[in-house]
Amino acid sequence: MSIATQRSSLNRTYSRIGGLAGIIVSAVVFLVPFAFIFVTASKTRGEAALLEFSWPTEWAFVENLVEVVQSRDYILITAFINSTILTVASVAIMVIVSAMVGYVLQRRKSRWNPLINFFVLAGLIVPPAVVPTIWVMQSLGIYKTLHGLVLIEVAFGMAFCILMFRAFVSTIPRELDEAATMDGAGPVRLFFRVIFPLLRSVIVTVIVVQAVTVFNDFQNPLYFLPGDKGATVQVTLYNFQGQFSTSWNLLFMDILLITVPMLVMYIFFNRQIVAGMTSGAVKG
Amino acid sequence: MTDTLHAPQQAIPADGGEPAPTRRTRKRSNYPMWFYAPAGVIYGALFVVPTFASFYFALTRWTIFDSEFIGLENFKTFFAEPYLFESLLNTLFYATFTSGAKVVIGLLLAVFLSSQIIARGYLRSVVFFPVLVSAVGVGVTFSVLMDPFDGLINKMLAVVGVEGPGWLTDPDLALFSVALVDVWRGVGLATLIYIAGIVAIPQEYFEAAKVDGANAWRRFWHVTLPLMRPATTTVIILSLIGGLRSFDLIWTMTKGGPGFSSDVLASVVYKQYQAGFYGLSTAGNVVLFVLVAAIVIPLFWFLNRKEVDQ
Repeated sequence: MSIATQRSSLNRTYSRIGGLAGIIVSAVVFLVPFAFIFVTASKTRGEAALLEFSWPTEWAFVENLVEVVQSRDYILITAFINSTILTVASVAIMVIVSAMVGYVLQRRKSRWNPLINFFVLAGLIVPPAVVPTIWVMQSLGIYKTLHGLVLIEVAFGMAFCILMFRAFVSTIPRELDEAATMDGAGPVRLFFRVIFPLLRSVIVTVIVVQAVTVFNDFQNPLYFLPGDKGATVQVTLYNFQGQFSTSWNLLFMDILLITVPMLVMYIFFNRQIVAGMTSGAVKG
Repeated sequence: MTDTLHAPQQAIPADGGEPAPTRRTRKRSNYPMWFYAPAGVIYGALFVVPTFASFYFALTRWTIFDSEFIGLENFKTFFAEPYLFESLLNTLFYATFTSGAKVVIGLLLAVFLSSQIIARGYLRSVVFFPVLVSAVGVGVTFSVLMDPFDGLINKMLAVVGVEGPGWLTDPDLALFSVALVDVWRGVGLATLIYIAGIVAIPQEYFEAAKVDGANAWRRFWHVTLPLMRPATTTVIILSLIGGLRSFDLIWTMTKGGPGFSSDVLASVVYKQYQAGFYGLSTAGNVVLFVLVAAIVIPLFWFLNRKEVDQ
């Protein structure tokens, strides 16, 4: 009895001290960089140049926001529009075409399955060959176009989606397909009216994970959509790094602007993001 | 195609064996092959074709208009030029260091964050959030924080009396610093994968170990650790694939510099592409492809085999 109470009080001490130590360490390691982004984005140019981690003596948050949005002929607005179109279009296409593949791949046993599974795994592992991809895009006339980049994101993100869908489809009983077929549904109706709605939860997960990936993508827009007209937010930030080397306040305001959508996503879709990203077991 | 068709009314054996097709039940399958078509066209044109084309173009001197076959010349250049060859070693170091650190730190954090402590949910969120921030944002922020004179990190070190190094300006240290930032950004994912694994361990195992008199350390070593093998496999493979291909963070923080000291294969591919050496750039891509395949596939096979053995 006394040992038990001793142990439980020991546990309570550990719980408090451990948690407190965790909070302090996490604050230094993880929160300070974000706080630094925020305070620097709120400072005037002169004060931001000192690169100090301090509370702004003079708040210039709104001024910085306006200035960074207006800079280079409102390029940030263009960039946000481009990134939004890119993210929405590529994720939508990715979800539909990968769900179709994942569904048939799970349901239909054919001699092509090993080959398709091989291509799916290859899609996760193989690094894309850059210049040959540009060469192909040029001959198709989609190099340096936004829809070309959309298709690139679809091609590169597809493998992960297919694995997620294939795993989820296996939990839907086949009897359902049979019942729908008996009621006269053809393959297209069966998939889009019966199966697709049942995939809802995994679709949300796939959408959230891929939206984060595409929105944060830097390498593909850099290669396949160069130039100011098609700039995405990540490329714009990268260009600002060179141009704003003396106005840290504006640079960090830009970082803040592209981080906030992720924060909002995380607050609303915490569960889906965690579920999708830790399903790495199927990824491997 | 007949062998792949089956009567929809018939129950399908769970092992996927095909019911014998008869003439009368031959009709269009519920799961038509053309469902593969849209994905297949996009994937084939933009991923499969370029990948196969890269094996040819790596053997050429290539401007985007015409290509001249020069055999293994590009690969000779690649392995003869010290700055190109070094990028290969740097890639290996970067990938091994980041995935090793993510395994160790991720596992320790996961054990800590699945124990009974206050503010657990908050701590998990804080550790995970950097995973969602773009590499460019993280890279720009840390290149400021790691500034040798005005950077916050060295200022903090100066307070405790340590003279901070030139994180990104010292050629011997630059790649290591970027790798550290990569770990900072990615460790949250490893932690969550491990937490998911730890939560799945039945409590009885720990209780049984406790009854047998195992202390916390032995419970970790003999119960948690062996059961974390699948999670470790996932973390290692994911972070190796990511680490070998890594570009965004290195490019925004150092651009491969100072000199060529932090160049990796992906940044070499970009530099050669910018310089107009398309053949050499593609050869770099092929080297990266071979490296990834040579490391990940055997590892995948080895780690999965070990799992089956248990």
